Amino acid sequence: MTIERPKADVVIVGLGWAGSVMAEELTRAGLNVVAIERGAWRDTSTDFPPAVDADELKWHTRRTMLQPMSVETTTFRNRMDQTAAPVRNWSAFQYGWNVGGAGTHWAGMSWRFTPWDLQVASQTRERYGDAFTDSLNLQLQDWGMSYDELEPYYDRFERIAGTSGIAGNIKGEIQAGGNPFEGPRSRDYPTPPLKDSHWMSKFRETTQNMGYHPFTIPAGNLSQAYVNPLGVNMGPCTYCGFCDFHGCGNFSKSSPQACILPVLMRRPNFTVLTETEVLHAVKHEDGKTAKGVRFVTKEGEEGFQPADVVVITAFQMDNVRLMLLSGVGEAYDPVSHTGTVGRNYNYQTCSSVTGFFDGEHMNPFIGGGALAVQIDDFNGDNFDHTGLGFIGGAGIMGYSTDGRPIQRMDNLRPGTKRWGSEWKSGYARDYGSNGTIFCQGTSMPVRDAYLDLDPTYKDRHGQPLMRMTFDWNKNDRDMCSYVTDRAVEIMREVGGSDIIVDNQADKSWNPYMQTSSHTQGGAVIGADPTTSALNTYCQSWDVHNVFVVGASAFPANAGYNPTVTVGALAVRAAQAIHQTYVNNPGPLVDA
Amino acid sequence: MNRREALFSLGLAAAVAPLAAKGVKAEELNGFPTATAQNPDHLPVPARRGGEYVVLRDETDRNTVKAVFDRLIPADDHGPAASEAGCIEFLDDQLAGTYGSGAALYLEGPLDPANEEAIMGMPQFLSTPRQRYEIGLKALEAYAQTTDGVAFAALSPDRIDEILTGLEAGEIDLGPEIHAGAFFELMLQNAREGYLSDPIYGGNKDMAGWKMIGFPGARYDYRPYIDRRGEALNLTPVSLIPQD
Ligand SMILES: Cc1cc2nc3c(=O)[nH]c(=O)nc-3n(C[C@H](O)[C@H](O)[C@H](O)COP(=O)(O)OP(=O)(O)OC[C@H]3O[C@@H](n4cnc5c(N)ncnc54)[C@H](O)[C@@H]3O)c2cc1C
Ligand code: SF4
Repeated sequence: MTIERPKADVVIVGLGWAGSVMAEELTRAGLNVVAIERGAWRDTSTDFPPAVDADELKWHTRRTMLQPMSVETTTFRNRMDQTAAPVRNWSAFQYGWNVGGAGTHWAGMSWRFTPWDLQVASQTRERYGDAFTDSLNLQLQDWGMSYDELEPYYDRFERIAGTSGIAGNIKGEIQAGGNPFEGPRSRDYPTPPLKDSHWMSKFRETTQNMGYHPFTIPAGNLSQAYVNPLGVNMGPCTYCGFCDFHGCGNFSKSSPQACILPVLMRRPNFTVLTETEVLHAVKHEDGKTAKGVRFVTKEGEEGFQPADVVVITAFQMDNVRLMLLSGVGEAYDPVSHTGTVGRNYNYQTCSSVTGFFDGEHMNPFIGGGALAVQIDDFNGDNFDHTGLGFIGGAGIMGYSTDGRPIQRMDNLRPGTKRWGSEWKSGYARDYGSNGTIFCQGTSMPVRDAYLDLDPTYKDRHGQPLMRMTFDWNKNDRDMCSYVTDRAVEIMREVGGSDIIVDNQADKSWNPYMQTSSHTQGGAVIGADPTTSALNTYCQSWDVHNVFVVGASAFPANAGYNPTVTVGALAVRAAQAIHQTYVNNPGPLVDA
Repeated sequence: MNRREALFSLGLAAAVAPLAAKGVKAEELNGFPTATAQNPDHLPVPARRGGEYVVLRDETDRNTVKAVFDRLIPADDHGPAASEAGCIEFLDDQLAGTYGSGAALYLEGPLDPANEEAIMGMPQFLSTPRQRYEIGLKALEAYAQTTDGVAFAALSPDRIDEILTGLEAGEIDLGPEIHAGAFFELMLQNAREGYLSDPIYGGNKDMAGWKMIGFPGARYDYRPYIDRRGEALNLTPVSLIPQD
């Protein structure tokens, strides 16, 4: 049986962060919006009250809220001459599903990218010259817009999400205590920064004494009660430590559930179809526009949702996959170097440094998803790269996100056995007395890191899985080892002993070994249709009524988490749709 | 045979259940859902206590896993042994549910073991955790009978440690169907999960695992404590099991 639904002005594929932001902007402007979400309805009060949320086994270990691989997985290989294999088990790929998407169980680290991050290609050439830039062998490209153009949309998303933090730069004036390296903000954060844990205060004091610039990171964990611009009330974070991978029962974590859905769901011009998966968009005969999306319900009934505008907000991987499955844009071919969909895949370069502090009580269970102090002295282009042979850098943070005992059971001094009485006494000694510094770094694109459809493996509906071809490139490795050395120096200075270093970029990439779930690129924005799939309004260059929003849009990754930039792109795209596109459908930028 | 039929024919119909856990049908929602009841699939499901074993029904299997778990986590000054803390009941309960049936895993072929292990950095399987225990425990028992002439559970603690060390290092061969190192990792993972997860799942009895390390459990508000610097807080742990 085929369900033919009434036509909508806009159909949105996936109701996570980007989809919710989009739907809110578009329904407020009066458009009739249908969102299609393959997961179930989720709400704070009924799904993650405090009596349910504080459960590591269910939410973190078994990842009950994440998209299972049996629903959809990715295949992966390091190089083009290998046969890709499917990711069969839980890994670093942590996709959201259910209403709210990954926005329900993210940690809340709420970063803006720096002005440099958006113009890596041109600013590197300008500062270090053509010879150096060419010697890097990277596929660098600008985002096609500046930080200043994105700033109002960053501001809008932070107000909706409710973000605690301390500004470092308001309209060009450097602010004491904030991050002096950040791009100019139009105003301060909605709520003040969170408090320091014991470990954070040690990290702050040491880095300050070393001449660096520590600040409390911007957090989607609210430091105090707050009413957002949509009129939704949020409560203060209790530092419960059951944050990332978990929901928040206090309405304290920025999420579609807490910040947007209470208002969006009450709008008469909004409808959501849950437990319904979009298979692909369907184009009109002339191939210039899409007429809607084909979907299948949980019961296996297929259907069609006609719409004037198709917005794909299905998370980075699925955004690219849905474009390929729908024939929106030309698939990237790294050999002929043609096509744009799948191009500029990039990741996030991470390392961690753990030290042990004899007999000291860190009380690790006091935590928040985004509870951390960071220095940005070695992030982006904040330091001189002359003679270093690489570009980019990493934020270096002392963090207190959680004290989950199953997750930490191997976090013991080097050489401790993992079982028997030795493990028990080792864990009793070390659980409460260590601290970790995390380096979250940039990732730069290269020609042969890309996404395409896998020739062998299929999802449960028989459609090809996404295939990822990726390994760390030389720039990522060199950057990561340089920054990790800085973190080790800090750990020595704080006084940690038995230091453990985990530099993820010093071995081949594989999805089971990563600590970052930040996967970006593949459907990138830009000013040039030969190197980008979308213009800066996230509009397909080829099929002008298809908009694709997510971290898939990032031509390179910054030393930060992606979501606030995804949110800002969503606000910008939504406003372009209702202010300009619907009145005059067609390309918003001339190719 | 497609995957769905394969699952049913193996008697693992439960494997597809969690993907369809919520609601009866794909739903069209207009307006804010007004139901205020907690969603059953988001409530923790307490482990069955004191009843029949569901997966570890065979007594030899149960004795073997107990012998292994109690060397992985023995009784000592830091707390009870794994089995005393309920880790065998925990394991049985986990294997009887969606974890055991591999509901979240991608189990489509083809599988080229050498290529998948090389690319993924660890062995990959088309079998579920439950199936891996079923054949793994039998293989451990057969190994003890062959090498020592007694049941695995009758081996001395030192001898079990020796075998576990050999499995961990990948130096013991349990036959072509079993990746011995990966089976060791699976047992170690589950034993420690049982020791450290909320007691509602059958293990961590009296919150012994949490007391061992000083984790206060399912508390949800540390605002009174965050400003305290480096002090032992000595908080009594609490669990998700409601207190009378
Ligand atoms: C554990 C964890 C911690 C994280 N912490 C941070 C952090 O601290 N800071 C940060 O910036 N980022 C963090 N992230 C990343 C962050 O969650 C994502 O960047 C963000 O949620 C992306 O938003 P999105 O709208 O693109 O995708 P999502 O929020 O994932 O939404 C996509 C939605 O689309 C649905 N969908 C997919 N395919 C289809 C289809 N075919 N049909 C219908 N629906 C479909 C999915 O079910 C999902 O609900 C974290 C992620 C995880 C997993
Ligand atoms: S740490 Fe704060 S924001 Fe995170 S779940 Fe707990 S109360 Fe909510």
